[in-house]
Amino acid sequence: MKNMLTIISNALCRITGRNVGAQTVSELLIDLSEYVNVTSPPAVPALAQTQAQTQRQPPKPPPVSTRAPAAQLVSAQADQLDTPGTRAVVSRSFADFTSQATFDIKKCDVHRLEEGPPLKAELTREQGLRYYRIMQTVRRMELKADQLYKQKIIRGFCHLYDGQEACAVGIEAAINPSDHLITAYRAHGYTYTRGIAVKEILAELTGRRGGVAKGKGGSMHMYAPHFYGGNGIVGAQVPLGAGIALACQYQGNNQVCVALYGDGAANQGQLFESFNMAALWKLPCIFTCENNQYGMGTSVERASASTDYYKRGDFIPGIRVDGMDVLCVREAFKFAAEHCRSGKGPIVMELKTYRYHGHSMSDPGVSYRTREEIQEVRSKSDPITMLKERMLSNNMASVEEFKEIDIAIRKEVEEAAQYATSDPEPPLEELCNHIFSNDSPLEVRGTNPWARLKSVS
Amino acid sequence: ESLVHWPTQKMNLFQSVTSALDNTLASDPTAVIFGEDVAFGGVFRCTVGLRDKYGKDRVFNTPLCEQGIVGFGIGAAVAGATAIAEIQFADYIYPAFDQIVNEAAKYRYRSGNLFDCGNLTIRAPWGCVGHGSLYHSQSPEAFFAHCPGIKVVIPRSPVQAKGLLLACIADQNPCIFFEPKILYRAAVEQVPVEPYTIPLSQAEILQEGSDVTLVAWGTQIHVMREVANMAQEKLGVSCELIDLQTILPWDTETVCKSVVKTGRLLISHEAPITGGFAAEISSTVQEECFLNLEAPISRVCGYDTPFPHIFEPFYIPDKWKCFEAIKKMINY
Repeated sequence: MKNMLTIISNALCRITGRNVGAQTVSELLIDLSEYVNVTSPPAVPALAQTQAQTQRQPPKPPPVSTRAPAAQLVSAQADQLDTPGTRAVVSRSFADFTSQATFDIKKCDVHRLEEGPPLKAELTREQGLRYYRIMQTVRRMELKADQLYKQKIIRGFCHLYDGQEACAVGIEAAINPSDHLITAYRAHGYTYTRGIAVKEILAELTGRRGGVAKGKGGSMHMYAPHFYGGNGIVGAQVPLGAGIALACQYQGNNQVCVALYGDGAANQGQLFESFNMAALWKLPCIFTCENNQYGMGTSVERASASTDYYKRGDFIPGIRVDGMDVLCVREAFKFAAEHCRSGKGPIVMELKTYRYHGHSMSDPGVSYRTREEIQEVRSKSDPITMLKERMLSNNMASVEEFKEIDIAIRKEVEEAAQYATSDPEPPLEELCNHIFSNDSPLEVRGTNPWARLKSVS
Repeated sequence: ESLVHWPTQKMNLFQSVTSALDNTLASDPTAVIFGEDVAFGGVFRCTVGLRDKYGKDRVFNTPLCEQGIVGFGIGAAVAGATAIAEIQFADYIYPAFDQIVNEAAKYRYRSGNLFDCGNLTIRAPWGCVGHGSLYHSQSPEAFFAHCPGIKVVIPRSPVQAKGLLLACIADQNPCIFFEPKILYRAAVEQVPVEPYTIPLSQAEILQEGSDVTLVAWGTQIHVMREVANMAQEKLGVSCELIDLQTILPWDTETVCKSVVKTGRLLISHEAPITGGFAAEISSTVQEECFLNLEAPISRVCGYDTPFPHIFEPFYIPDKWKCFEAIKKMINY
């Protein structure tokens, strides 16, 4: 069957002059239908790089979603919700794109809740393309970081997020930019979804002055408005998250705080202290365990007496979510944010997800799990592939569009890497700056009584 | 010393630690080793092979909870087991700070010698490593030096590491053993295979000299060796190099006797200068040897900043900074 696919696809390539063949049957059918269209009256050129908006209405337009733009993902290249499409659309005679579709999503296990998140999720074409773009950018950025690390341009500790993209993107789609988020050291994805450009992230990894923390923090210490990092000490960020939630409650601004941690951190004492305070004072805090099955090299069964991390809040309600499905994550977090905003107190989320890389760049990632396991997750549950396939099989986008997005992302990441490699390092004066907050420069004692440096803050 | 004729094997620092632990598990049936990821051998390979050899009830992993690890270790030690706890990086020891300072250090004192946790030894990788940045490079010995009741020990090489670690394990007081992580692979020596101990609270004079006393510990000893050579070649200055080895309780006598002889003292460590352990040494020496001093005591240490990410080469007290300090002292 695969051979047939390749043969037909190659023939089609020769006829149409296309470079890349179809990978799946659905792609092939689309290519064929397009070929049929090409020989019919004039179509708008597919490869126009302009932001031409002419999306034709499908014959029976589905009900327009009146949902508030909660799915607005803040990023340097964010599109507004009301400009449909990021690229010119091939206007075809029969195969118009569906502008919205509803998908079944996995039922979430719940703890101390009467009902859970909905079993269906609506996805518009714009949302789908946006989620795809963001996830693919995070993926490519992490792979570029891997490459730079192996070239020793990035040094130190580097914890990569590929495989877990649906978590960051799904959460961001469900909350507002004015909500707050704090996570541990696997933070590059969240730094991006919370609004920092790829080049600033890569420059921070390489320790240059254009980095988001001026090159002083490195991989684990990246920050953005309403994004509190980037924290190295395991579990230490969770009480901070509870505190941020307290500030939201105190200020009455209807905002929530998402405090993320991993399955390893789930056994830290300070988490349970935070749970208690949050429940006692009904703080609008969404405690989220990103369970990627391994705490560094230790599998969850060997570290935790109970691996039902969504139940570990005990007296706090909990939801377990399929963290590889961006729609599932989004719906669950919309539910959770609503729960917190309505004053019901905190909630514990568990995202079942997976990381393809090892714990960090110094961990090959295969001494405690098999390559087959990693391959299986990659082929069956990859978040980006899942979204792409959903959209293609529901005719919400074309293969070319995805390819164009990929090309643009590759270019963006490449340029960012160039910037990160060529940007100068921070000046030596920065060594001592920002230790304290001080009005006049503070004298900093140096390595000997005669060396004095100034700290400006 | 008497170690000279023993059969030895070429070992690096982490192998010498493994050898010490191996000796301990073999001779002491109550000895247990635990910590994060120690079962497969540890992130620095200090416990490789021990679980296979001695069983999973003696070498086992704990979940990610430093406070729990040390508290648990104190309990095991009080009940009579030789507990050897590993904290994965010294930077992570702070959740356990309360347990160490308030429980371990004070057990014997507050119970009037009825109970003690002398069987507890805590091991942690320590010090800068070239790319560790804020949370994989810290040297927290000064925090613990302020706590009577515990001992703090830092080796400079494989031979010292094995002897000092075995001494800590044997010592009837809770000990913290910091292992310079940058030396795990880099430092290689011929280490005796059989167990041996090196006395605690005894500083070692590595090189005798007459003009300047240099005091350091851990990785910095190797920097100071170079500095001593530079001083000899370029300035004709003869340096006496002392490895403090035990930070608490420290060997005041050796250091003071040396300063009485030379009249000048340079102390160097990676940790920030304010409140670093050099301050304690400096203060004690000026009390004891005031009239013998030819120049103010010099401390060459890290800056008073968090351990930096990209600025590490500028931050650490390298040989040039130490050499400069010696020059200034000589010309005082």
